Amino acid sequence: MASNSRQFAVGAEPMLPRVFRVEKRVKETADTFTLTMMPLAGDEDFAFAPGQFNMLTAFGVGEVPISISGDPAAPLPLVHTIRAVGAVTKALCGLRKGGQIGVRGPFGTSWPVSRAEGNDVIIVAGGLGLAPLRPAIYHVMNNRTAYGNVEVIYGARTPYDMLYQQELMIWRGRFDLRVRVTVDSATPEWRSNVGVVTNIIPRARFDPYHTTALVCGPGVMMRYVVQEFLKRGVKEENIFISMERAMKCGIGFCGHCQLGPHFICKDGPVYSYALIKDWFEKREV
Amino acid sequence: MESLEQLLAEHPFLEGLAPHHLKTLAACAQVRQFTAGQFLFREGEEAKEFFLIRSGQVAMEIYTSRRGPITIQTRQEGDVLGWVGLPPPYQWNFDARAMVIVRTIALNVDCLRRACEEDHELGYELLKRFTGCMARHFRSLKLQLLDIIHGV
Ligand SMILES: Cc1cc2nc3c(=O)[nH]c(=O)nc-3n(C[C@H](O)[C@H](O)[C@H](O)COP(=O)(O)OP(=O)(O)OC[C@H]3O[C@@H](n4cnc5c(N)ncnc54)[C@H](O)[C@@H]3O)c2cc1C
Ligand code: FES
Repeated sequence: MASNSRQFAVGAEPMLPRVFRVEKRVKETADTFTLTMMPLAGDEDFAFAPGQFNMLTAFGVGEVPISISGDPAAPLPLVHTIRAVGAVTKALCGLRKGGQIGVRGPFGTSWPVSRAEGNDVIIVAGGLGLAPLRPAIYHVMNNRTAYGNVEVIYGARTPYDMLYQQELMIWRGRFDLRVRVTVDSATPEWRSNVGVVTNIIPRARFDPYHTTALVCGPGVMMRYVVQEFLKRGVKEENIFISMERAMKCGIGFCGHCQLGPHFICKDGPVYSYALIKDWFEKREV
Repeated sequence: MESLEQLLAEHPFLEGLAPHHLKTLAACAQVRQFTAGQFLFREGEEAKEFFLIRSGQVAMEIYTSRRGPITIQTRQEGDVLGWVGLPPPYQWNFDARAMVIVRTIALNVDCLRRACEEDHELGYELLKRFTGCMARHFRSLKLQLLDIIHGV
């Protein structure tokens, strides 16, 4: 299966976790934390492409796939934003400074940031979906002149559920980036949009013939967002989504993440819509 | 200065409407501006006007005794506001509050209804556009509900 963009190869022993130490833990929302960490052993070579993920181990509890949410131009310290939904993610979110985490990776395909050069780039995130997209935003901002119009459209349930609030404010202040946020409901102090992200796409400024759309969020949201882009004339091969499946090995051995002919851990998680549309959000196969 | 017909023709909701229909609508229309915080209308009031938003942003709010007003959607430039007040019982079922300075064209609902009864071609033209608005509205409402209730 052709990959979507550049990938960083994993080390010689992809099943062996490296141990990282938590340097900082920031509470983003009631149940979501950003962990910043460094390798214990001091072997400081780590590189990743935007959209790739690591398998993180909470020792004694289990291992889960988590997207990398830091800046690919400064891959260390390693940054992950994690929502506590079950045993492993709760254990990871509970770690404090000095706590240890096992890291395997980086794995998977990436957002096509090089292929998108010369295009308008419209980035649409829902809820936690901003975490896997943040490295792509950093990359685009670090290489801003290589792209046309750039817009970030972010939707969350309420203003309290938004990730990276301070950073969103900074991005909003830039003249070369348009950031629009929307929530499902809010109190009158909220000065921005209320509604779903699909309402904003018709207002976004882009040339459909020269646009790359990067979309990440809950499955239903991505389905509706893709429809809006198609309606505006963006081609299926220029719309990219990130897929989520439960994973075990992360490297295409075990078949745990298989969706039809796709191994999401290896052929994904980032796919062009053209490549995954027959399997995306279809009834369980 | 632009005439009311020109302003109406520039609004996306009326894009492509025949000039004689724009003229009929202009007779029911009025330019209205609201300051930030001012209500365009409030729940329970009689629906006398329907708005085409030219600029600014309007919060559609529902008052809850426990949490005070909750914004359930916002409407902005290019949107229509108030089609729910067009069929009986001609009453608003939410508050609409200007979040910033809001410029609108307000269409008198009585006048609009009469015009549509007299000219069914105009009535059908507007009905098609309202149906489009409703379809878009329900599509996004479905997604919003899924997210609020199930956190999809
Ligand atoms: C490629 C990839 C990248 C990911 N990136 C991130 C990330 O950056 N940050 C992050 O927090 N999570 C991310 N996830 C999701 C994360 O892997 C799961 O939340 C995690 O595996 C849950 O494990 P657990 O043991 O904590 O919970 P489990 O016990 O496995 O599940 C607990 C409950 O949460 C539900 N659940 C499981 N997975 C999810 C999910 N993805 N979303 C919502 N509910 C879920 C389960 O149905 C169950 O009800 C990613 C997943 C993939 C495949
Ligand atoms: S997780 Fe093992 S094959 Fe994908």
